[in-house]
Amino acid sequence: MAFMKKFGLAAAAVIGLVALSTPSLRAAEGAEEPQPTRQNWTFAGVFGTFDKAQLKRGFQVYKEVCSSCHALHIPMRTLAQPGGPGFTEDEVKALAATYTVHDGPNMQGEMFDRPGRPADYFPAPFANPEAAAAALGAAPPDMSLLGKSIKYERGFPKFLWDPLPLPGAVYQEVGPDLIYAILNGYTHDDDPNWNLYFPGHKIAMPKPLTDGQVQYKDGAPATVQQYAKDVSAFLFWASEPNMEYRKLIGRRVLVFLLVFAVLLYFTKKRIWADVAH
Amino acid sequence: MHGHSTFEPKNGFVKWLEARLPILSFSHESFVAYPTPKNLNYWWTFGAILSFMLVAQIITGVVLAMHYTPESTMAFDSVEKIMRDVNWGWMLRYAHSNGASMFFFAVYIHMFRGIYYGSYKAPREVLWILGVIIFLLMMATGFMGYVLPWGQMSFWGATVITNLFSAIPFVGDQITVWLWGGYSVGNPTLNRFFSLHYLLPFVIAAVVGLHVWALHVVGQNNPDGVDIKDVKKDSVPFTPHATMKDSLGIAVFLLLYAWFIFFVPNYLGDADNYIPANPMKTPPHIVPEWYFLPFYAILRSIPNKLAGVVAMFAAIALLAFLPWLDTSKVRSGKYRPLFKIFFWIFAATAIGLGYLGAMPPEGGYVLAARLLSVSYFAFFLVILPVLGLVEKTKPVPATIADAVLAKH
Repeated sequence: MAFMKKFGLAAAAVIGLVALSTPSLRAAEGAEEPQPTRQNWTFAGVFGTFDKAQLKRGFQVYKEVCSSCHALHIPMRTLAQPGGPGFTEDEVKALAATYTVHDGPNMQGEMFDRPGRPADYFPAPFANPEAAAAALGAAPPDMSLLGKSIKYERGFPKFLWDPLPLPGAVYQEVGPDLIYAILNGYTHDDDPNWNLYFPGHKIAMPKPLTDGQVQYKDGAPATVQQYAKDVSAFLFWASEPNMEYRKLIGRRVLVFLLVFAVLLYFTKKRIWADVAH
Repeated sequence: MHGHSTFEPKNGFVKWLEARLPILSFSHESFVAYPTPKNLNYWWTFGAILSFMLVAQIITGVVLAMHYTPESTMAFDSVEKIMRDVNWGWMLRYAHSNGASMFFFAVYIHMFRGIYYGSYKAPREVLWILGVIIFLLMMATGFMGYVLPWGQMSFWGATVITNLFSAIPFVGDQITVWLWGGYSVGNPTLNRFFSLHYLLPFVIAAVVGLHVWALHVVGQNNPDGVDIKDVKKDSVPFTPHATMKDSLGIAVFLLLYAWFIFFVPNYLGDADNYIPANPMKTPPHIVPEWYFLPFYAILRSIPNKLAGVVAMFAAIALLAFLPWLDTSKVRSGKYRPLFKIFFWIFAATAIGLGYLGAMPPEGGYVLAARLLSVSYFAFFLVILPVLGLVEKTKPVPATIADAVLAKH
């Protein structure tokens, strides 16, 4: 028993040592970024749905600002899909026609330009990442999956309850929170490439948004904060266009399974009633 | 094991078939009349849960393969196409990717249950070793499946893991090139990983068949670790008793699985895998899927590459030797007070290694991973052999019926 106690103490000591050394190790690195603040998103949680007006505004920010450098590799028809910004098919048709799409070859074997159609993907601003890098210094990432391809470390113990069905948990919005934080993180006025939240603080993208840059039609404030919020929501939708439907089906599946499990429990109880076990 | 009742064909067609292929009487004996120890607890439902998960993975996987393109310039986009445009594609893919995690979660519980109750001890050694083989096959399948979406973590995970083989003396580099089908991870690698990822689940299914066969020869272990002596007093027929209990276990497990699919589908994956593979850009931290993390931590805790690889594979291979490393005459941990404590230390060690495997290999993390690696190996090589010789065990009931009586 003495040996066992020693072993237990040693194990406790190891765990304590790790727990203690972790924050100090982190602090010693110095250049750590603060954690983004968790925002209130309409699409968070079990009953989350997208705010159509917000997605429309976010799309406007993408179209007028982001799209000059970033590709968004999704079909334009997605904009009219249920669970999205709620554009009508005619609106998307009209929007698609404003783009020129390189297509071909035609029957004569020649490539040609034509007006876009809803089935087309949003045309990329550069022919390839190399051209983007040559023009801008670094190739901006495609934004179609940005809503879930970037993250910040939640750290111990937060990561343990992030997935749990508890109030304040069910945290899947790490991506939009970080996008929002980065867009609001240009806090050094003398250095447009310094960002509070970007890993290492040096970001190739100079401050992209300024107050008043985008004119909203629905009376939402024309501020960087509002733009950042709207475009973050839009990008999360772009990365998960089926989210609303997924959660709807998920709720039904959970209710079904819950009822089914309860029925199975009572059936099992009945079957085992006369067996001592 | 002989069942509660025997199969008697009544219907003419069944008699006809029975004389030619006795598959119905075989199924009856295996899944209806098969005597099940009546003292099994819910930890024993994980066998059925795992069978369910294997079938779920095969079905979702076969349908996903109808839409997936195993080519390095098209794989990533084909997965996105599944997520956005294929009917129910998002559900199939989330069910499959989270299904892998659920499969491993269930198999770890199944293995820890086997260790706690001494399920590997005679006469169940072969049954246990077949289980270890299934676990190895699962690891290979899971690893190759993770490469298929061809995201950043797919590519770099494949690079790190295949590079391990270069540690083999003399022929390591040639073997690695042979595995890659080129001089780095590329299209040929992706293509063969897809082929093998499709093949291995069927190999797993075959070994599961052997695993169940072996189980039905020696009978199930149980929480008290005493074999069935009197079929009438100690056991119940598999159907409906175990069937219904397993169904309940599966339904509850499905609640967890569905929660992940529909509400937190990306929690267990790495965000970097939503960035297309880029051989020119290494991610800052290359982290495997969570179910490999304890072994990854052992690999990294040894500074020498070859020794690290050997230690990592040894950590898995040692499992196969458990029947002989554990010297105790008493099977179930329920009657082994000291073993119980070391079992939980071992479980904490495995979880601790899992956490450390996800952390950057620096500072206190390295030291902790080394200490826990020592603790991991000590459980197999020191604790289990010695414990059986020195431990004072509690009296074991003579029969399952006695154990049940004592409880009531």
